[in-house]
Amino acid sequence: MRKWRFLLAASLSIAALAACSPAPSGSADGGAEGTTTASSAATSRLDTILSRGTLICGVEGSIPGFSFVDSTGEYSGLDVDVCRAVSAALFGDPDQVEYRNLDSTERFTAVVGGEVDMLSRNTTWTTSRDAVGGNGLEFAPTTFFDGQGMMVRTDSGITDLSGFEGRSVCVETGTTTELNLADRMRELGVQYNEVKFQDSDATYAAYAEGRCEGVTSDRSQLAARRTTLPNPDEHVLLDVVMSKEPLGPVTINNDSKWYDVVKWVTYGLIQAEEFGITQDSVQEQLSSENPEIRRFLGVEGDLGTQLGLPNDYMVKVIESVGNYGEIFDRNVGEASELGLDRGQNQLWTEGGLMYSPPFR
Amino acid sequence: MTTTLPPSSSNAPPITQVGPIAWMRKNLFSNWLNSLLTVIILTTLLNLLVSFLGWATTTAQWQVVPANWSLYFAGRYPAAQFWRLFTVLGLIAALSGLTWGVLVRNVPKLFDRNVLIGVAIVAVITVLLPTPLPYRLVLLGIEALLLGSAWIGKKIGRAKPVVGQWLPFVWFLSFFVVLWLIAGGFGLPTVSTSLWGGLLLTVFMSVVSIVLCFPLGVALALGRQSSLPVVRWLSILYIEIIRGIPLIAILFIGQNMIPLFLPQGVRPDNILRGIIGLTLFSSAYLAENVRGGLQAIPKGQTEAANALGLNPLLVTSLIVLPQALKISIPAIVGQFISLFQDTTLLSIVGIIDLLGITRSILANPQFIGRYWEAYTFIGIIYWLFCYAMSWGSRRLERQLNTGH
Repeated sequence: MRKWRFLLAASLSIAALAACSPAPSGSADGGAEGTTTASSAATSRLDTILSRGTLICGVEGSIPGFSFVDSTGEYSGLDVDVCRAVSAALFGDPDQVEYRNLDSTERFTAVVGGEVDMLSRNTTWTTSRDAVGGNGLEFAPTTFFDGQGMMVRTDSGITDLSGFEGRSVCVETGTTTELNLADRMRELGVQYNEVKFQDSDATYAAYAEGRCEGVTSDRSQLAARRTTLPNPDEHVLLDVVMSKEPLGPVTINNDSKWYDVVKWVTYGLIQAEEFGITQDSVQEQLSSENPEIRRFLGVEGDLGTQLGLPNDYMVKVIESVGNYGEIFDRNVGEASELGLDRGQNQLWTEGGLMYSPPFR
Repeated sequence: MTTTLPPSSSNAPPITQVGPIAWMRKNLFSNWLNSLLTVIILTTLLNLLVSFLGWATTTAQWQVVPANWSLYFAGRYPAAQFWRLFTVLGLIAALSGLTWGVLVRNVPKLFDRNVLIGVAIVAVITVLLPTPLPYRLVLLGIEALLLGSAWIGKKIGRAKPVVGQWLPFVWFLSFFVVLWLIAGGFGLPTVSTSLWGGLLLTVFMSVVSIVLCFPLGVALALGRQSSLPVVRWLSILYIEIIRGIPLIAILFIGQNMIPLFLPQGVRPDNILRGIIGLTLFSSAYLAENVRGGLQAIPKGQTEAANALGLNPLLVTSLIVLPQALKISIPAIVGQFISLFQDTTLLSIVGIIDLLGITRSILANPQFIGRYWEAYTFIGIIYWLFCYAMSWGSRRLERQLNTGH
């Protein structure tokens, strides 16, 4: 009996020790947000990446045109090209990237926890995601302005949402898409029928069978799906946008040094298009007389050095992935299978929303 | 006197009593209800089969599979290093052949009819694979290696039965050789684990997790039965906590929360974290399976062993465990099969296993909408592996069956 008690006491004390030992790390963990921000002020993520020699980029990994693995085993897509651009700016080589596929639920944890250096993963810029009291992230400039759209058959004669009076729309249930559609239709006072589905494949299959006149989702998605329909030319995307979905790269909060790099590389892609600098012409442009271009490409001034990058970082970026227009065309635009038109993603000079502050 | 009837063995029994027709009459059409059910079920199955085959041969566009062949099998593993994977395959084939030969050394004929049929089927499938010719030749060579080493293994097993005891050790060593070949280093170019993927990663993670979780599970099962309260309570605590948490939560914590607890910049390998998660999870379930086996061993066995003067360690390792494990083989293999399938959960947390790579392939604008073909293909691969495991376990059970 005494022996038993001794064992009990011993086990209790071991349990107590076990409970105590994680405590210091636990308290450090409790203040994790404070300590990470403090330590990242001391050593920026930028320094960590440069000493590591690779950029860890969080992507979705299965969105047509944005991020996927092609048949040769290389990642490609618009989101992937943003990662490659940043890698080129950092290391002069677009392939120093390690990709992590991230689910929509884990993407922010992965950034905050330092699992990935940046996200380039179809993430909509919203207040709550940006705010310190929310997800506490930093959003680099939008690389793709998406929005909810509507696809119909060309022969249905529907040209805008009011044409859906008494007709039906296929929609994925439980998504913001469904709610946006309902809001917009109520606003217009249109009585329509919803045909709801649990998953996206079923939704498009039903649309293809003709069970509904229209199908709604993000415009980039609709365009991708259109190419898989039996006769893509018989379907058209209506010129309506039911929601704003600005998608762009994301970094951790309170690390300006690193955030600025991602931000200005992204802006640089847009500015390069505005200057008309392409993958092929970048070497010729180095001898340009235009002072703005000379500063932009690092021939003059020290813009790159100020960011903590090699001064000619934009030359490397454009040589590796091209300017924004080229990236767009190659992955989702006219030159790709998706064939999206530029729309809002046109340069501001062409009536779109792509605008970069001056490189000065 | 009793009159014996002349033996009529030369006449076969009437066709209404034996043979397929009799079997069908007895099992499928014994009364009107059974006949009706048989007809309905057969028609449904035939319909399904015909429509599936119709789809598979006409509507389906199978080019998604051959076009992404290397992605399915090795993920983003660099093509220039594929020879290393083939070497691994060859090594495993040779070792499996040797083991097989040594195990069945007392069987009169190594390559009996069933084995030959199986070999022929595999060879034909290999030849028909839509891969470049050199790969097919290499695969055929690997099959030949398997058979050759089986033959050698039988010879060696006959001559020196003691070799059998060395095989586990050889397998253990081979693991490090395989790891070296896949990961590189020590003279070979390093291939980062972020490039491993597809079937290679699925099999690697399953095998390592299975091998690691087995001893851990047995130890936990023994711990739970232990007479030392601390050991017993710790085991119970571990098992009950792990069994109370869903696997996906463990994997999620491993992939995303671990860096929060570690100093900045320290990132344990993702694959390693996945393997640890799977191992910790499976060992708790395995422990309960083994405990079932332990409890089925009559107390008399232990008492008899004690009476013979064996110490507790020997009682457990020589008397109790071998019998308990034999009883729990079906449950253990069931656990292994479900572990193999659980690896697909890792595709949700960003590890590009067979399922993960399939999702990525389907996002290629060239192959959008080829869901049916791509998922059917990996479904077949998963089935092949799981069926092989359950077949192996049945063989093992028969081999170890010493009951009366």
